[in-house]
Amino acid sequence: MSFPLLTATAVLPALGAVATAAVPAARRTAAKWLALLVSLATLVLAAVVAVRFEPGGARYQLTETYEWIPAFGVRWELGVDGIGVALLLLTALLIPFIVLAGWHDADPSPSSPPRSSGGHPKENANNRWRPTQGFFALILMVEAMVILSFEATDVFLFYIFFEAMLIPMYFLIGGFGDRAHQGGEEAAATQRSYAAVKFLLYNLAGGLIMLAAVIGLYVAAGSFSLPDIVAARASGELEMGTNTERLLFLGFFLAFAVKAPLWPLHTWLPNAMGEATAPVAVLITAVVDKVGTFAMLRFCLGLFPEASKWATPVVLVLALVSIVYGALLAVGQRDIKRLVAYASISHFGFIILGIFVMTSQGQSGATLYMVNHGISTAALMLVAGFLISRRGSRLIADYGGVQKVAPVLAGTFLVGGLATLSLPGLAPFVSEFLVLVGAFARYPVVGVVATFGIVLAALYTLVLYQRTMTGPVKPELAKLPDLRVRELAVVAPLIALLIFLGVYPKPLTDLVNPAVRHTMSDVQEHDPEPEVEAAK
Amino acid sequence: MENLIAPLIAAPLLGAAVLLCGGRRLDKAGHWIGTALAVASFVLGAVLFAGLLGRGAEDRTLVQHLFSWIPVEGFQADVAFRLDQLSMTFVLLITGVGSLIHVYSIGYMEHDERRRRFFGYLNLFLAAMLILVLADNYLLLYLGWEGVGLASYLLIGFWQHKPSAATAAKKAFLVNRVGDMGLSIAIMLMFTTFGTFAFTPVLGSVGETGEGTLTAIALMLLLAACGKSAQVPLQSWLGDAMEGPTPVSALIHAATMVTAGVYLIVRSGAIFNAAPDAQLVVTVVGAVTLIFGAIVGCAKDDIKKALAGSTMSQIGYMVLAAGLGPIGYAVAIMHLVTHGFFKAGLFLGAGSVMHGMNDEVDMRRYGGLRKYMPVTFVTFGLGYLAIIGFPGLSGFFSKDLIIESAFAKGGVQGWILGTVTLVGAGITAFYMTRVMLMTFFGEERWRNLPAASPDAPDVEPAADHGGVPHPHESPKVMTVPMIVLAFGSVFAGAFFGIGERFVHWLEPVTAYEHGHPPVSALTVTAATVTVMVIGVGLAWLQYGRRPVPVVAPRGSLLTRAARRDLLQDDFNHVVLVRGGEHLTRSLVYVDHTLVDGVVNGTAAGVGGLSSRMRRLQNGFARSYAVSMFGGTALLVAATLLMRAV
Amino acid sequence: MNPVNYLYLAALLFTIGATGVLIRRNAIVVFMCIELMLNACNLSLIAFSRMHGNLDGQIIAFFTMVVAAAEVVVGLAIIVSLFRTRHSASVDDAALMKL
Repeated sequence: MSFPLLTATAVLPALGAVATAAVPAARRTAAKWLALLVSLATLVLAAVVAVRFEPGGARYQLTETYEWIPAFGVRWELGVDGIGVALLLLTALLIPFIVLAGWHDADPSPSSPPRSSGGHPKENANNRWRPTQGFFALILMVEAMVILSFEATDVFLFYIFFEAMLIPMYFLIGGFGDRAHQGGEEAAATQRSYAAVKFLLYNLAGGLIMLAAVIGLYVAAGSFSLPDIVAARASGELEMGTNTERLLFLGFFLAFAVKAPLWPLHTWLPNAMGEATAPVAVLITAVVDKVGTFAMLRFCLGLFPEASKWATPVVLVLALVSIVYGALLAVGQRDIKRLVAYASISHFGFIILGIFVMTSQGQSGATLYMVNHGISTAALMLVAGFLISRRGSRLIADYGGVQKVAPVLAGTFLVGGLATLSLPGLAPFVSEFLVLVGAFARYPVVGVVATFGIVLAALYTLVLYQRTMTGPVKPELAKLPDLRVRELAVVAPLIALLIFLGVYPKPLTDLVNPAVRHTMSDVQEHDPEPEVEAAK
Repeated sequence: MENLIAPLIAAPLLGAAVLLCGGRRLDKAGHWIGTALAVASFVLGAVLFAGLLGRGAEDRTLVQHLFSWIPVEGFQADVAFRLDQLSMTFVLLITGVGSLIHVYSIGYMEHDERRRRFFGYLNLFLAAMLILVLADNYLLLYLGWEGVGLASYLLIGFWQHKPSAATAAKKAFLVNRVGDMGLSIAIMLMFTTFGTFAFTPVLGSVGETGEGTLTAIALMLLLAACGKSAQVPLQSWLGDAMEGPTPVSALIHAATMVTAGVYLIVRSGAIFNAAPDAQLVVTVVGAVTLIFGAIVGCAKDDIKKALAGSTMSQIGYMVLAAGLGPIGYAVAIMHLVTHGFFKAGLFLGAGSVMHGMNDEVDMRRYGGLRKYMPVTFVTFGLGYLAIIGFPGLSGFFSKDLIIESAFAKGGVQGWILGTVTLVGAGITAFYMTRVMLMTFFGEERWRNLPAASPDAPDVEPAADHGGVPHPHESPKVMTVPMIVLAFGSVFAGAFFGIGERFVHWLEPVTAYEHGHPPVSALTVTAATVTVMVIGVGLAWLQYGRRPVPVVAPRGSLLTRAARRDLLQDDFNHVVLVRGGEHLTRSLVYVDHTLVDGVVNGTAAGVGGLSSRMRRLQNGFARSYAVSMFGGTALLVAATLLMRAV
Repeated sequence: MNPVNYLYLAALLFTIGATGVLIRRNAIVVFMCIELMLNACNLSLIAFSRMHGNLDGQIIAFFTMVVAAAEVVVGLAIIVSLFRTRHSASVDDAALMKL
């Protein structure tokens, strides 16, 4: 058997997490460097996966299968298709930036970042207290879990990692919250633990419903292996009653809709993203939430094609509501991070819309959207985090005129914002337009309503930019430093990537197209033919 | 030869990248780099133009295919450029006027510490605008379309520390986004109808689909054009856009970007030709805007806003002409080019005046400036004569052709449109004469200004007053571009118009039908000149013979409405802004109390239930034992019962 | 003798034990009643073993005795320490674990 490449991509960060956690208390900086190196090494492994993957080849490649719990037919079965590779790359790519951006977020003494007024310096008497090590270890742990959920082709295995990633996330949100809080340290702690518990319970509830459906699937299909079940269903060997299929679909879909998040199951996201530090917020929305939409595409559509089509009208309406509702709420936010959270809800609406319109453009668009949204939100949110850590406040009203004192910060923030509003030339435009075209081709009304979202996106982004960056400089901000080298090293590559993928997304579409073709054949749908066959 | 198209775009794009990423060390040389690359682009354009002229009329289309942009199953978008007579015209206009304005800006922005960035944005604009007019498919056009929107946003808000500039920039972008929605829906419709959105296949197979679809596509394209070209009902941003530096107003908001809507309509001529209902809507939009802009232009005291109203009105002419079909396409583009010359010249003149007047924009505080700024006066005056259609100057030829074509539409529609264009010409003469008289003639009102008067809220607050201004002529670097543009304003019309040179040049792309107005062309010309003279005369009666009060009089109801952009902003404010605020606020409330309330309510319910259940745990070992025995007994009983059954 | 009689005896002993657990407060008495119940179970296990003619019941009875012995060790220790701290052997006084 050849080298288990996929397992390695997950084991490496997991081992890295253990090693980082074991670094002695006094060697904080070493732990940071270790985490950064491990995440970079994982990126290299992910790149190897991408190179070894042949877009035109078999559906699942680099597969590995080991027996795990033979009594229940659970196997350690990994494999990636083009969509999986794309998301694997996204995850492996973002983690180093998250680590680098959160360099000082978990320093035990409050010396480096400025603090909000009213906060007391944290007691640091206990020298065995190692928050820094824990913070970076948890991030690497999340990376390992997320990567495994993108790679698992065994439903049960997927379920395990889908749920397990909640635990490190819980500690990241609850244990390392945003220090900037207008209510002082006490209020911050209360809010933070509320957000963490809400995140955990909400996702756990979704996950438990899914567990029931996973068991139900085993009863109905006699196997946990996704490729086997899909093949059996396609060949007609496995008949599933209509009602069984629909119930199982709902069980899976609910869990993914909580994770994604889809309106009206979204309320945990603004809390979690608001209270977590900016890098952790990026981890939530750009990485962890992608598992939800990815799983819709892979499991809901693959395992339950008929039920997916049955649910399409409702899902589309919910997605549209998410798009418009998320954008409108983003306009009404007073907190920068919550604004980005609601914007993300709107974007997830687009992704789910693209998945369920069942056209190749829609699904390719949705996959690209997952990647591009990850990069663009990371750019916007991380810059916002740098800004917040300087001023010690998350309120939009506390800012004004930043571009005068910190032009680079303002400029990168603007680019992140423009990516969020899908300006052509930046990566998110490609995916958003594909989703819209895909939606419009099958359901014109849906396409038109979703298009309205682009106006609202411009509204919330530009309002945010105007209120924070333009106008007269607030006196408190007069000495605001511009981006430091480390911060620029985080943002510049992300922006370069946004521009590159906006102008030349071909590498990504080449990866995704064949996988989408497979998904389309799973659900046995064909793209609507154009009315006129234009002479080319 | 077609390989020169990409470098043409790449030059300003490179400039933008270098200037925006280059940092402070380029501050000293930034403006020279920007200007050099703009000029380089113009030179490339001129080379290409010479190349095109060397070919036969039917053979003047060059296509450069660079790479496949978005290859997805069933969806093909390429980065490919098409250079034909139409886009060539635009390339020359954009790079030519653009280069002149770069040169002018060197002087105008001399004292701005962020000049490097200004030139970066200008270069970005040039690149985006070139992509817009050179794109070979609608999606790439969309990229340029939003790109110029971005550049416009950045440049309107260039003085971001002024809240009014930041707000104006945001407003421009948002209103344009509404229009962009139209463009993206049009592209989607093309995709579902034709399976592609490249120019040749779409425009070539228009005949194979129904009129309904085509009308829908055409109306969506019109919506896009309305946004970009500031046509009713999406015109409200243009007046505010004057917050930007004056070279920007000249280049983007007068000569080039705002005419992109006209380009879009003319480029999609085949679609409009097959959708007569949509064409009617186009002419109506053009006619309404033409009058609307003219009325607004009559009432503004801010020199730039008066010119902005005029821009709106002139683009109304072009849109109206474009709505006439093959009779009007070439004519619309011809007016677009001549307008590019004289309006850019007028704006640069206005900038020059402001430059010498401590950035004062209120014309009521000007007066008698012709003695102090002779070059500005002459160039501005030539632009003025051109725009009002003084016989022999460029506006005369192009506007006269539009009026003729409007009459030539025939029937009642022809008469109505013709009359509207005639009336518009009269109002144009009126408001431009007003601007001219208030600025360069009359007494020198800036000498004894009253203190800032709170009782005139409609007067635009003047920029920082440095005491009594000392009007002076601008430096050479600013006056030379003005002189060049004045040349264009004087001679372009005759050059294009005599022998129908211009329409024949465009004919292979836009097709041309010579219109036959119901009355002779000479009559139309005579009527136009008469109306123009009346307009000038009326303005002289009001502003030339009588002294102009420094504080604006209250004015009639119409004047007051026109000062407020005919109340459109008020409408927007009440309905969209206030309504939107209420909507978002109530949604935030709903999200917090209702959607999240259900979640928190469930949590609270579970919590409450468990605190009640907790009472069962009273801590007495014996009561636990009782429940254990009771439970066992129940189980045993149940088992026995089951067996009995 | 009919082995069923042993079962009757076991049932009687168990009932006595259960009643004692439920109504007595003294921890030592409760403890002894639990032993009584355990031994009642042992008795019935052995009786069943005899009735069915295999040794499983007897083996389990040995296990029970071992467990009971362990329980005595732990239980008596708890009672002794309870008495030391609270000066009472009443089970109702040891109601500290409730919320």
